[in-house]
Amino acid sequence: MPEMIQTENLRFAYPADEGAKPVLALQGVDITIEKGSFVVILGHNGSGKSTLAKTFNAVLLPTEGAVYVEGLDTRDENQLLSVRQRVGMVFQNPDNQIVANVVEEDVAFAPENLGVPTAEIRQRVDAALRAVGMEEFVTHAPHLLSGGQKQRIAIAGVVAMEPACIVLDEATAMLDPIGRREVLTTVHRLNREKGVTVVLITHHMNEAEEADRVIVMSEGRPAIDGTPGEVFTQISALRAMGLTVPDTVDLLDRLQKNGLPVPLDALSVEACAEAIAKALSKTGQEG
Amino acid sequence: MSILQVKNLTHTYGIGTPFQRSAVEDVSFDVNEGEFLGIIGHTGSGKSTLIQHLNGLLKPTSGQILLNGKDIWAEPKKIRNVRFQVGLVFQYPEYQLFEETVYKDISFGPLNMGKTGAELDHCVREAARLAGIRDDQLDKSPFELSGGQKRRAALAGVLAMEPQVLILDEPTAGLDPAGRENLMANIRDYHRNKGTTILLVSHSMDEIARNADRILVLKSAHILMDGPPPEVFARAEELLSAGLDVPQVTRIAMALRARGVAVNPAVYTAEALEKEILALRRGEKRC
Repeated sequence: MPEMIQTENLRFAYPADEGAKPVLALQGVDITIEKGSFVVILGHNGSGKSTLAKTFNAVLLPTEGAVYVEGLDTRDENQLLSVRQRVGMVFQNPDNQIVANVVEEDVAFAPENLGVPTAEIRQRVDAALRAVGMEEFVTHAPHLLSGGQKQRIAIAGVVAMEPACIVLDEATAMLDPIGRREVLTTVHRLNREKGVTVVLITHHMNEAEEADRVIVMSEGRPAIDGTPGEVFTQISALRAMGLTVPDTVDLLDRLQKNGLPVPLDALSVEACAEAIAKALSKTGQEG
Repeated sequence: MSILQVKNLTHTYGIGTPFQRSAVEDVSFDVNEGEFLGIIGHTGSGKSTLIQHLNGLLKPTSGQILLNGKDIWAEPKKIRNVRFQVGLVFQYPEYQLFEETVYKDISFGPLNMGKTGAELDHCVREAARLAGIRDDQLDKSPFELSGGQKRRAALAGVLAMEPQVLILDEPTAGLDPAGRENLMANIRDYHRNKGTTILLVSHSMDEIARNADRILVLKSAHILMDGPPPEVFARAEELLSAGLDVPQVTRIAMALRARGVAVNPAVYTAEALEKEILALRRGEKRC
């Protein structure tokens, strides 16, 4: 698969107070995000995951090293617009991302600025609002919507730009379980049906279950990188980094330690129950 | 003894406009002194509207709120005292920090209650300690603190008023797993040591399951369930159809039961489910 985003020895330091040593938030990151993949980035507060995400569309520029978006160097000012059209970003707080007084105008903001023809803007806005399940709210005022609804409008605003890649920086943190599931279903569908590359930054382990790849950031570097099954079975490493493991893995681990022959990598609730039922019927037959 | 009583509370927004809508409708419940009550509900279920009535930020359209047996609106001019007695920590309270130093920010509440000198100082330092703010952080600007510390500073500002009832609206939203657990541990300690009545609003069923003595489930402006955690989680199917989450462990238990494994449907911790499954293996529960 061709690369969507590639980082080379990426370092980033936030400006420090006079006399103080600058804090290195990213300490040499070399990763490649493949086109069409669904990547989840996990890590505790201060692990550098949000900093990393912000370098993907030139919100932050590398202090050292480089970031390439479909081969475009994000440090090249002439490419800035091209970079941001390719990588759309959704942030945590919807209140900071909504610009218009009417939902449809807010969603139309990006395509308008990209010079998309009016008829197509209409189509894109409607499709984007359908994609996030907010089509009933076309003419509503965003400030009267709930936090979760506002966030879905913000996501629709990015979707309407039709970027090749969407980066969600803890975009589900303020949503309730239903809102969270809707957003996840939406981004999974965009990934599957339209081939949009998705980079999802989150604290919620269960949002990573269906990803192609999980990267765990710690101390400004990728510490674990692999499929969800590979990553979540490293229980002690995850706990040492201040992260929890999914309850499914926790339960399987407890049962395994008590001699029940279950695998650790049955991440989803269904797979976990299936594995336990199977193990129980086996031991039942033996006994 | 009931410290708070909500009697037939109804709140209607936009009366006489096309947007007229009751966010809370004929809701009644009592909160006992020293209780840790969890409140859950889907976005738009009326949680926020409900809690804003409990310290008189909103006035009921009809119905009553009794604090220590007295209608809080009996003397509207004294509503300020109710706000000292019922402390409300909003969602993302760190956005409300405003003073030059953390110390001054925490002292805002008690200062307005008329506290001065040594008494004020004691209040501020005690609240800071309870919220997990270190002494050396008190002289800093609140804006220099990290996100998690800012939230603790905002929490301390409410604790400093020594409220009889503490209401927390999504206190851990947006924090990482370790930050969430640390803050909840502080809140649990506070509850244990001070015996203060606590109302915790959260989207996280797991968080509510681990902390609350009793759970109130709201659904479209009404109370859907009211009972201790095992009783509420035993009705998992109903919770799911109300658009709410159930703890992941409960979902595993449901999936096991669907496969004919007879575990108790009311379990909600990995420890409890582990015991159930191991007991089944030994044939203790099979007939």
